[in-house]
Amino acid sequence: MANYNLRINGKNYEVDVEDDTPLLWVLRDHLGLVGTKYSCGIAQCGACTVHINGEATFSCTMPISSVGTDKVTTIEGLSDNGDHPVQKAWKEVDVAQCGYCQAGQIMNAAAFLKKNPKPSLEEIDNAMNRNICRCGTYHKIREAVALAAKTK
Amino acid sequence: MADITKTNRRDFLKIAATATGGLFIGFYWSSCDSPKMKVLSTEEVLSKAHNFNSFLSISPDGDVVIYSPNPELGQNIKTSFPMVVAEELDADWSKVRVLQAPLDNDKFDRQLTGGSGAMPHSWERLRKAGATARHLLLTAAANQLEVDMASLSTEKGMIYHKASGKKLTYGEVVMAASELEAPEEVLLKDPKDFTIIGTPIKNVDNDDMFTGKPLFGLDFYREGMLHAMIQRPPFGMKIKSVDDASARSVSGVTDVIQYDNFVAIVGTSTWPLMKAKRRLKVEYESDGNVESTFDHDKIMKELLDSKDARVMRQDGNVDEAFKNAAKVITSEYQCPFLPHAPMEPMNFFAHVKGEEVELIGPTQTPDAARMQTAQLLGIPKENITVDITRLGGGFGRRLRADYVLDAVEVSRRVNAPVKVTWTREDDMTGGAYRPAVRYRFSAALDAAGNMIGFKLRGVGLNAGNSVRQDNFPSGAVPNLLIENINYNSSVTTNAWRAPITNFLAYAEQSFLDEVALEAQKDPVKFRLDLLEQAKSSPTGSVNYDVDRMIGVIKDAAERSNWGKDSNVKQGFSVYFSHRSYVAQVANIEMINNQPVLKKIVASTDCGIVVNPTGANHQVRGGIVDGMGHAMFGNLVFENGLPKQKNFDSYRLIRMKEVPEIDVNYVDSGYDPTGLGEPALPPTGGAIANAIFAATGRRLRSQPFIEQKEFSDLNLEIRRG
Ligand code: FES
Ligand code: FES
Repeated sequence: MANYNLRINGKNYEVDVEDDTPLLWVLRDHLGLVGTKYSCGIAQCGACTVHINGEATFSCTMPISSVGTDKVTTIEGLSDNGDHPVQKAWKEVDVAQCGYCQAGQIMNAAAFLKKNPKPSLEEIDNAMNRNICRCGTYHKIREAVALAAKTK
Repeated sequence: MADITKTNRRDFLKIAATATGGLFIGFYWSSCDSPKMKVLSTEEVLSKAHNFNSFLSISPDGDVVIYSPNPELGQNIKTSFPMVVAEELDADWSKVRVLQAPLDNDKFDRQLTGGSGAMPHSWERLRKAGATARHLLLTAAANQLEVDMASLSTEKGMIYHKASGKKLTYGEVVMAASELEAPEEVLLKDPKDFTIIGTPIKNVDNDDMFTGKPLFGLDFYREGMLHAMIQRPPFGMKIKSVDDASARSVSGVTDVIQYDNFVAIVGTSTWPLMKAKRRLKVEYESDGNVESTFDHDKIMKELLDSKDARVMRQDGNVDEAFKNAAKVITSEYQCPFLPHAPMEPMNFFAHVKGEEVELIGPTQTPDAARMQTAQLLGIPKENITVDITRLGGGFGRRLRADYVLDAVEVSRRVNAPVKVTWTREDDMTGGAYRPAVRYRFSAALDAAGNMIGFKLRGVGLNAGNSVRQDNFPSGAVPNLLIENINYNSSVTTNAWRAPITNFLAYAEQSFLDEVALEAQKDPVKFRLDLLEQAKSSPTGSVNYDVDRMIGVIKDAAERSNWGKDSNVKQGFSVYFSHRSYVAQVANIEMINNQPVLKKIVASTDCGIVVNPTGANHQVRGGIVDGMGHAMFGNLVFENGLPKQKNFDSYRLIRMKEVPEIDVNYVDSGYDPTGLGEPALPPTGGAIANAIFAATGRRLRSQPFIEQKEFSDLNLEIRRG
């Protein structure tokens, strides 16, 4: 066990966990930030996507020991009132079916649009290809990313 | 014309008021045979000792709440059910809320999500509930204003008396309304006057889902609860020995318990359990039937020639027809076992407190969870409560309660509240799969190319009835024989979205394409001719609506420009399941000699479309699901264990692999029918038939990527 000081969603947290504990489980089990989801645990599906210094990252395979002083943003901290342009677009397009993958999709889309504010549809597809949606909401995801890019 | 409809008072129960004051109507959400009418006290309702299974309440503030018993897993029922009530009530949609009901002892006969059955089952009931409430409110308003009820109108939670210009809110009359008797009959709206039904209302959980609120079972937390993970045996094996020393040494692990053929690892959080599970050493030995895919293939091929097939349907004289045939076509089709793989892995919370049990989590069938828990513990089911969380997908997997019992077993052993979580690997290897099936189809054609004989024989591994003998083309062929053979495998199976038809439709629609080709008929024309036959001279029973099926076929053909553009190679498919009709056309273009799948055109007749957004989701989602699993889904067994254990080796369809999907509806005016499943079955066949049209390669087994006919095609998928 070791003590870690984390900077998550603009707040400081202190946790005492084994150093191989993935950030995902620190968020979910130790800090109660359950918006970040577990689905595969092996960096294949994107359900666990968070931002590390603004970069979309799979938190399921990121050991807490490597987070250091990096800034972590989760879906809970993406905006104050659920009004990040991507969240707004997600509501407008009514993207979700079961909804389980959508926090990860939103986090990936938000990081992507920061880097590429005016993406082509093909670029959207490439960026979003790392997130699986078992319900098959891909068409709406694409539409919502395009809308968020437009309304920023 | 608006319909006058009997309310069937047995279905409606009202009470004087809610605890906070307001109109409260209890009604049978889904029961067809309700016990007798009874007026209830608030206490009775709130203490659950009541005889109804849903309610609609209107508070003095005008807030409308309805109680939904059906688990929500993405089929959007939590949004579409209240839409129906609000429509007939003329409620202000912004003031309507829906609450998820917990399992209600004995009151629900259909508190489950499966079979695309909720909307057809509840449509009338929901409308009557809304209309009854509106009637009571209008009566109360008429009394108060001392006017004739017929002179009043309603809109968005308001009651208007045009002549005097007076108006009242629903909230202002609910107290008086709650004193009234339920009407004998109520007026239902003419569908053309609908203002909520048929409009794209957004998912009621959007805000919570998109900001990361705890909604799902996996998000559930209870102070003091322990976590657990379960090591299960491979199929057909039992535990020989367990070495848990290394697992126990992981910090955060509090216990390792062996029971039956399971080993449970218990601890204070999830990660230590994942670590410990990898360190746990369990040796297994055969418990009879340790199978591999190699065995499965052999068993299915051999059983196709078995003498013991069960005849499921027989019309005319097939032997005669095949003897006299000008041409006989025979083909075999096969699919593998498939896991459901919902994004949220199996999980459940259980707290066994002596003779009482609290269960919380994602389940498609809370009642099965409760019954099996009662059985396991030998306690009355009334001692068990079940709360239903939102489900991160289900696809049929959560119709099984095995993971609920895991939590119960561990909780009673450690005497603490416990949440069991399955890893993705547990989910993929834990069974209850879509069964593996092999079909043999034969068709007899006369000299004019008419199908005079049709035979289907299905062999399924734990598939039950794999043939659905009354589906099309039964009824359309004069001589027909449909047989089934079931093999008891040690690999467990369960309903998987559009059970059986998820592959049967593929095989049948591909085979009919083969037959049409041999008959030298256009595939669409070939199907229409068969349907004409089913209509003009049906053979035996016809268990589908011929006109509705023709309707979607013609619509899809027209919208896809069927056969009009020689650059576009098309594949056709149509299927009737879960009371809805869906036809699909897949378009493949040859670009630089390479086949490019660009578009799927779908035409659906599901009766009245309650919520177009939700409906589009189900149609597109079903097509993406059907396509992904036809192309990629594979589960290969070795010694009772699947080789694919996670998404690195088990391929799910992704963003870049979906074509454009054009969703259309045929407006037949019928009451709504199911939509969670019907769009899936036709998809594989449409794509396979298009691949054949484009390349001459016939794909008779799934997944496509494992077939040598497919491997060098380089099929590209592109939108736009
Ligand atoms: S849970 Fe992290 S990528 Fe799937
Ligand atoms: S909405 Fe269900 S997994 Fe994406």
